[in-house]
Amino acid sequence: MTAVLALSKVTKSFGPVEVLHGVDLSLNAGEVLALIGENGAGKSTIMKILGGYLAPTSGQVLLDGQPASFHTGPEAEAQGVVVIHQEFNLAPDLTVAANIFLGRELTRGLRLDHAAMRAATADLLARLDTSISPDTLIRELSVPDRQMVEIAKALSRNARVLIMDEPSAALTHREVDALYAQVERLRSEGVALMFCSHRLDEVSHLADRITVLRDGSVVRQAVRGELSEDGMATAMVGRELADIFPSKGSGGTEELLRVDGLSLTGGPVRDVSLVLRKGEVLGIAGLVGSGRTELAEGIVGLRPATGSVSVHGRPVRIRGPRDAAAAGIAYLTEDRKEAGLLLDKPLTPNLTLAALDRFGFRIDQKREAAEMARARKEFDIRAASDDMNAGALSGGNQQKLLLAKTMLTEPEIVIIDEPTRGIDIGTKQQIYAFIRSLAGQGKGVIVISSEMPEVLGLSDRILVMRQGRIAGSVEGNQMSEENIVRLAMGLEREEETA
Amino acid sequence: MKRLDLHVLGPLIALVALFILGALLNPAFLAPANLSNVLARSAFIGLIAVGMTFVITQGGLDLSVGSMAAFLAGISIMSMNALVPGLGENWGTIILGMGVALLGGIAAGYVNGALITKARIEPFIVTLGTMGIFRSLVTWLADGGTLSLDSGLRAIYRPVYFGGIGWLTWPIITLAVIAVLGEWVMRHTRFGRHVEAIGSNDRVARYSAVDVQRVRLLTYVLLGALVGLATILYVPRLGSASGSTGVLWELEAIAAVIIGGTALKGGRGRVWGTVVGVLILSMIDNILNLTDLVSPYLNGAIQGVIIVLAVVLQREKRTAE
Repeated sequence: MTAVLALSKVTKSFGPVEVLHGVDLSLNAGEVLALIGENGAGKSTIMKILGGYLAPTSGQVLLDGQPASFHTGPEAEAQGVVVIHQEFNLAPDLTVAANIFLGRELTRGLRLDHAAMRAATADLLARLDTSISPDTLIRELSVPDRQMVEIAKALSRNARVLIMDEPSAALTHREVDALYAQVERLRSEGVALMFCSHRLDEVSHLADRITVLRDGSVVRQAVRGELSEDGMATAMVGRELADIFPSKGSGGTEELLRVDGLSLTGGPVRDVSLVLRKGEVLGIAGLVGSGRTELAEGIVGLRPATGSVSVHGRPVRIRGPRDAAAAGIAYLTEDRKEAGLLLDKPLTPNLTLAALDRFGFRIDQKREAAEMARARKEFDIRAASDDMNAGALSGGNQQKLLLAKTMLTEPEIVIIDEPTRGIDIGTKQQIYAFIRSLAGQGKGVIVISSEMPEVLGLSDRILVMRQGRIAGSVEGNQMSEENIVRLAMGLEREEETA
Repeated sequence: MKRLDLHVLGPLIALVALFILGALLNPAFLAPANLSNVLARSAFIGLIAVGMTFVITQGGLDLSVGSMAAFLAGISIMSMNALVPGLGENWGTIILGMGVALLGGIAAGYVNGALITKARIEPFIVTLGTMGIFRSLVTWLADGGTLSLDSGLRAIYRPVYFGGIGWLTWPIITLAVIAVLGEWVMRHTRFGRHVEAIGSNDRVARYSAVDVQRVRLLTYVLLGALVGLATILYVPRLGSASGSTGVLWELEAIAAVIIGGTALKGGRGRVWGTVVGVLILSMIDNILNLTDLVSPYLNGAIQGVIIVLAVVLQREKRTAE
């Protein structure tokens, strides 16, 4: 059988650095291939080469056994090779239907055939089991809904090869199920599928074959059932991974932060109260849209809120992030690309941006450089040089830079939103260890996460949010995935119903 | 070792090339009196353009500066004339008139900035509005004619534009000092760093506890103050102001900023580049006046080509990945 799309001995160099070393890869019709590896292993480079966005330095891209003739993304799409990127490619001010048919609008004479496009879009969305209307503007859609629109757009192109980068990263449970159903459907229709994912359960569930990438080389190929999730992790990292979560501390001592009756003005969060103690990691779980991020942004003054906040028992008035910083509260955003880092600036100005007052009226650039060197060491930020832009770092290194930037303000209370989103397992482990060490130093840490194992593995105590309120808390031996899900879904805890 | 960046050096190379071209076309170009004149006339736009660099770098824009200069010149002249009967024709009166121009500039910049940051109106709209308002006010104050400074005061005030240390007249010295200070502020202070951060991504700046609205407001106030300073140097040159004073200065200042390598979308500011841009524009003007190769009437066309060319040459190379 000839592979639909294949790479043959492909290498890729950026300047003097070779990032892919002779990669062979094949995508077959009616089969799902999972490409896994740590951040920086070369997954996105491979996807870009397959999708026509990058040309290999040597080696060949083969379409139906012949050297591929596409040189750009759109040319590849015209030949049925469609890539869904992690960053969406949608025009926010156009409707869903207009986006799906962007660049190949249906017309009747000179006039756009709105009715036909709307009908075709409604049909596609129905197939995906979503309730999105074709007439909604993209800017009014949530992130998971936008993801569904991207998938619908790919389906509408009659893709023969569909390549997806972290397709479920932004989806809720129900949407993930719809996505999996679509993957099954496309597979049975004979489409060749490939996806990258950091979710190993997803990989074992979906993939017929698995290719493991490490440092730009294929280190392992396996078929369904051959590799356990532990086996995948070991192959990716190249060493045995002990328990990736650090052992827990003794829990909190004295009260550090108290929030009373916090509600967002016109927002989704209503009447939330919580207490964070010294030396404690407090987890906040809940479904996407339950108001976890909004709560954190309300506490640090990024959103207008009512209610009271006290630190060390003293009430503080927080009207903006500056007041929060003065009170020793730091918030690490989940959106590191749009709210966390200046992607078009070098590493050092990023590191010191939140703590510039510490560097004098005339910024002491020697001290800045010294802090940068220290941060690179302490947080293991791997970058070619300090002059490279933050946007050129891998996701894991960006997250570590963001951590370093936040810690430079020397906060006592750290709120971390999705600490490891889109990050490889080795870096995750480093970040977990770091979070635990913060608690060990007597700081208070709040971790907001959608990844259940992460909340469970890190937290001393977990608050579960539902529809903008605290639905309940679990601690000690009640900390289980099931109890959290029941609270998040609005059910009583198991032992209370039993 | 850092690679020499052609994007950064481009404007400087263009300036040197123009200088050599000017010298070859007409030896009179190199005469100290001519160069001094070119530099002094650059000073008004130059001072305004230094302030404009901060505004554009934080992602804003100010179209009102030309009208603002005319308005400030008008009220400064009117207040000096009004003070003559009481205070007499002396430096005291002139210093008060200077104060009116400077404080008026700060106030006008504050109005622009407050409308943009507190009322949250687009900078383009706000300053398009104030551009019309200032222009109309000065025309009204002059009753459609010209506001002239008292002749006794004019004689005392004259050296502020024409005097100085040898060929280095006060406007040249002022521009040099402000340019060095401006570059220093942009490069080495928290304010400059915040201005660049806000222009690069204001959401990141806000999440990093930068007081975004205050920094934005301050850039407009700083620009207003520099327009006031430019006005102080401009008034003694002609000793008058009218509805046609400072016409199109805003576009010349913006053009100088862009030629100098500051990105119009903000995020990266080069004060020294702006000064180079101002010099390029006025040198083209001067060379055309000194040679009969090309009609001076084509000055605008050549400057237009330079602006577009500068942006094309400085466009960031699309990097792989």
